[in-house]
Amino acid sequence: MSLRLKDVRKSYIEQDGTALPILAISQFELKSGEQIALVGESGGGKTTLLNVISGITTPDSGEVVIGSTDIAKLSEPSRDRFRAQRIGFIFQTFNLLAAFTALENVLLGMSFSGQRADRKRAKELLGKVGLSHRLNHRPATLSVGEQQRVAVARSLVNRPMLLLADEPTASVDAKHQATVLELIRTACSEQQCALLLVTHSAEVAAQFPRVERLSDFNKAV
Amino acid sequence: MNLVTIAWKSIRQRALASSLTALSVALGVMLMVSVLVVHGIVNRVFSQSTSGYDLVVGAKGSPLQLVLNTIYHLGDPVENIPYLYYKQLKEDPAIEHAIPICMGDVTQKGNFRIIGTTSEFFLLPYHPNREFQVRGHLLEDDFDAVIGSQVAKENGWDIGSQFQPVHGASDGHVHDEKFTIVGILGPTGTPNDKGVFIDIDGFYQIAGHEKPLDEAQKKAKDFAEFERKKAEAAGVAPPELPDALPGEKPAPSAHDGAAETKPAAKPDAHAGHDHAGHHHHELPDEQKEVTAVLLKFEYVTLAIRTAAKINGEPYAQAAQPFKEIYWILNNVVGNIRWLLIVMTVLILVVSGVGIFVSIYNSMADRRREIAVMRALGAQRSTVFWIIFCESVLLCAGGGLFGMLLGHGLVVFAAPLLEAKTGLLINPWAFEQWELVLLPAMIGLASLIGIIPGMTAYRTDVAKALQS
Repeated sequence: MSLRLKDVRKSYIEQDGTALPILAISQFELKSGEQIALVGESGGGKTTLLNVISGITTPDSGEVVIGSTDIAKLSEPSRDRFRAQRIGFIFQTFNLLAAFTALENVLLGMSFSGQRADRKRAKELLGKVGLSHRLNHRPATLSVGEQQRVAVARSLVNRPMLLLADEPTASVDAKHQATVLELIRTACSEQQCALLLVTHSAEVAAQFPRVERLSDFNKAV
Repeated sequence: MNLVTIAWKSIRQRALASSLTALSVALGVMLMVSVLVVHGIVNRVFSQSTSGYDLVVGAKGSPLQLVLNTIYHLGDPVENIPYLYYKQLKEDPAIEHAIPICMGDVTQKGNFRIIGTTSEFFLLPYHPNREFQVRGHLLEDDFDAVIGSQVAKENGWDIGSQFQPVHGASDGHVHDEKFTIVGILGPTGTPNDKGVFIDIDGFYQIAGHEKPLDEAQKKAKDFAEFERKKAEAAGVAPPELPDALPGEKPAPSAHDGAAETKPAAKPDAHAGHDHAGHHHHELPDEQKEVTAVLLKFEYVTLAIRTAAKINGEPYAQAAQPFKEIYWILNNVVGNIRWLLIVMTVLILVVSGVGIFVSIYNSMADRRREIAVMRALGAQRSTVFWIIFCESVLLCAGGGLFGMLLGHGLVVFAAPLLEAKTGLLINPWAFEQWELVLLPAMIGLASLIGIIPGMTAYRTDVAKALQS
């Protein structure tokens, strides 16, 4: 599934009423199964871009086409459903839900997509990320690396066609960064899933076949 | 995972806060249930027990006290009325049943009231279409006794068991006469379950239950005089009543008879009595008294007319049990019930506000959690229903726990209430009101859940994820 952004504009209205442009992207494309590292400075609009692509927010104008669907034109419930079924999300701070075990956190992603909870697949994925022995542990009892691996398993459970990762290695120590990155990339390759990974680390970006600087195609900043 | 499971796990995550919130609801419901159950029991006991009789006739005084004492075995008897008066009532063709009641003694074990009466007492239904069930037989011999189910259970008595009555006054004198249990009543849910019924003739044979002769003589004369005047005024022949008692010297008496009037204590309490066994002397009617007479009429209009006639005379009063109980239920029990219900409803509302505050405050901490769910694809309505379910689960869980606690409280308090009031409490009695309670709690929870649910619904996902 490919991603194509065309003439995407997004501004925030400041308290004094003036519009602060965040995104102004004429063209951006990600092919099906492609893996890109998107590098940008803080405040460069990286997170806003991910929110626009995932349909959490809508652009002021422009097209955000995933596969053949312009997500910007969908209603909010449709965007939510599309996100749940087609897009995986990995956050910088993992964002696991404290009330649920590792297995339940993975199953939760399935519940919101309207699928029947497939415990076998969830366990399989957790096994792949090396957490077979930690299925029933809550996030508070898992190490940072383990939490990030649960987050990876959760993002892939619905077999997404596009995986958005927002600084997924930023909270992981240097020793585990490569492992987490390898895990994400391998999983995406196996599932033929396009990967857009946002990072400010040149070291992380260097491991990707394609690296884009946000400032090169975002004219708002 | 469905919404209820997700909500339940969120509740469990905040176990302490959730438990305290649910507990506050449970306490409110517990109070309400216990009030409803006890009120229902009191209502039932009072209304069931009055339905068998049209009038209670006893000495002048408080009609309410007369009814409470005679039918519910509560409090002390007002005074006694002459046995001759009972005989007159018995012969009145307008009266279908006239049942004498004599009180004053209790059992040594369990302190159960002993009631001297006739077998006719058991022939009337204690509640419409509910007749006494007796294992064994009714009162046949003078020293026969029939006991209520509760007495049998608590004292472990059975047919053939014997007991000696104890004088009910503070002296605690144990009578020599032994009564034998010949029948055991089935449970009725009325104060009769805690009654010990002995034959009225046996009652009069208990030493000291006779009216002192001099006093009896005076009363008999007064009564005869009054009857003569009444007959003259009506232009009919006066009834045949003795104006003097048989030439027997006044017998010394230690007791004032059946909760009886107050004869002076005599130095030789039991002179002339056979302490070893039963004392079978026939007491003259003039020396007998009854505490009350239960009357049943074929037509209620006759009861009203008879009540007016009795109340117009100086010897007795006639009280309508239904009227007295209706008064007490409406003016005392009813008001207390409403007061308690209003208070418990207020407690429930306060508990509801507690749930609201608890969930609403938690929303600030949970903005990120909600945003994550939304980012994973949960719709606005999904997060609304999760929060709504939490509110309903807390209220319903607290409500159910409160219902159990309420009945538990009644179970715990039942023996104490029974001992204090003499009423029989069935702690597992279920009130129809309770069926309304749970839907009402869910209704309250729904109201409470709307605002926090809307807060979840409106969460700005992008902002919350960045925070």
